[in-house]
Amino acid sequence: MKGLGELERSIMDILWAQSTALTAREVGRLIADRDLAPTTVMTVLDRLTRKGFLHRTRDGRAWRYAPAATRDAYVAELMLEALDMTGDRSAALTRFAQAVSGPEAEILRRALTELEDE
Amino acid sequence: MTTAAVLAALATACGLGSWRFTTARWTSRAPKTAILLWQALGVSWGLASTGAMLAFAVQPYGEGVLHGLVSFATGRSPREPWDALHVVAMVAGLTALAVLVAVLLTAGVQTLRARHRHRTLLALISHDDPVLPGVRVLDHPSAAAYCVPGLRSQVVVSQGALSLLSKDEMAAVLAHEAAHVRERHDLVLLPFAALRRALPWSKVVRDAQAQVELLIEMAADDRARRYCSPRRLATALLRFGTAGAMPTPHGMLGVGAHNLMARVDRLLKPVPELPVSLRYGAVALSVTLVTSAPFLWIYQL
Repeated sequence: MKGLGELERSIMDILWAQSTALTAREVGRLIADRDLAPTTVMTVLDRLTRKGFLHRTRDGRAWRYAPAATRDAYVAELMLEALDMTGDRSAALTRFAQAVSGPEAEILRRALTELEDE
Repeated sequence: MTTAAVLAALATACGLGSWRFTTARWTSRAPKTAILLWQALGVSWGLASTGAMLAFAVQPYGEGVLHGLVSFATGRSPREPWDALHVVAMVAGLTALAVLVAVLLTAGVQTLRARHRHRTLLALISHDDPVLPGVRVLDHPSAAAYCVPGLRSQVVVSQGALSLLSKDEMAAVLAHEAAHVRERHDLVLLPFAALRRALPWSKVVRDAQAQVELLIEMAADDRARRYCSPRRLATALLRFGTAGAMPTPHGMLGVGAHNLMARVDRLLKPVPELPVSLRYGAVALSVTLVTSAPFLWIYQL
């Protein structure tokens, strides 16, 4: 039995790989862990919906689930924060170093070449 | 009256001191001491400036700031009657204190929320790398290495950083991030970031926050160099600085390059540490600052 976090992850991966919205039963069929109880899949889908990562629409008596945003969009969101480009200068993360552009990058590049040559 | 005057003088001294301190040169030779002094200046300034107003306001009670405020809150009538000036001071002092506390709390909550969101997303989309145990890897071509602080801090690197750096350089970067985690630098940064949000027009606050940001990086570099080659850390810094895979936003380029070179320079050519006497002097000053403001809140001169 996998942890809940692990399960959320694999379910998101399944839904990201699909082009259409899936029902809980369809997700359950695609999941690697066959012994999973259908209610567990429902619970995780519900959790992900409440967290805002999935949208659901009525389809007859079942719900169909689809990702709220693409995987790439979430990666981009994290990277913007990681590179301190969101505009709000909060102290949420501590970053190693920031990239520099223009003539100043040239100075750094020269310093790097010198160091590598030594 | 004396207490209010002394608190006002202390607040002014902290303000002027901070202003002078933003251009101090010795800070890079003793980043930890400098961070301590910045924190002391901040705490002391906050307590002294609000305390000065409140000390004047509760003067009719004649029993010091804290006791005077308690008397005011419990509705006791003062020895001398209120006049307009004292009422104004009371309103101003309480407002300033409330704003300061609210700003700090809001910033704290916002930061925690941002981190929570970041961590949730990481759990969904980052993956482990067998080469780097305990480190989360993000699939993105830009170079990034950072730490999400908290009770269970997480170190994250991007795929771009992995392909940018050599093995030794990556080890140096991870040692640097581990230093941030260990020394809880996020807690150091938080009040300064909050203050900056509260007083966005203040140059001193802006400079102070930038200084503290640089100082914690230097402190982390110092700790990292005990466990890795400082040279590799320096080349890693330069590689990050020149990676520029994403366009950088306006307004912070100059500082960025300058700070980066400052860090590289002190990794390659270590300057002698600050003399012990000076360091102790700075620590003693910090302790005096931090204790004097609460002292003046409690005892009346």
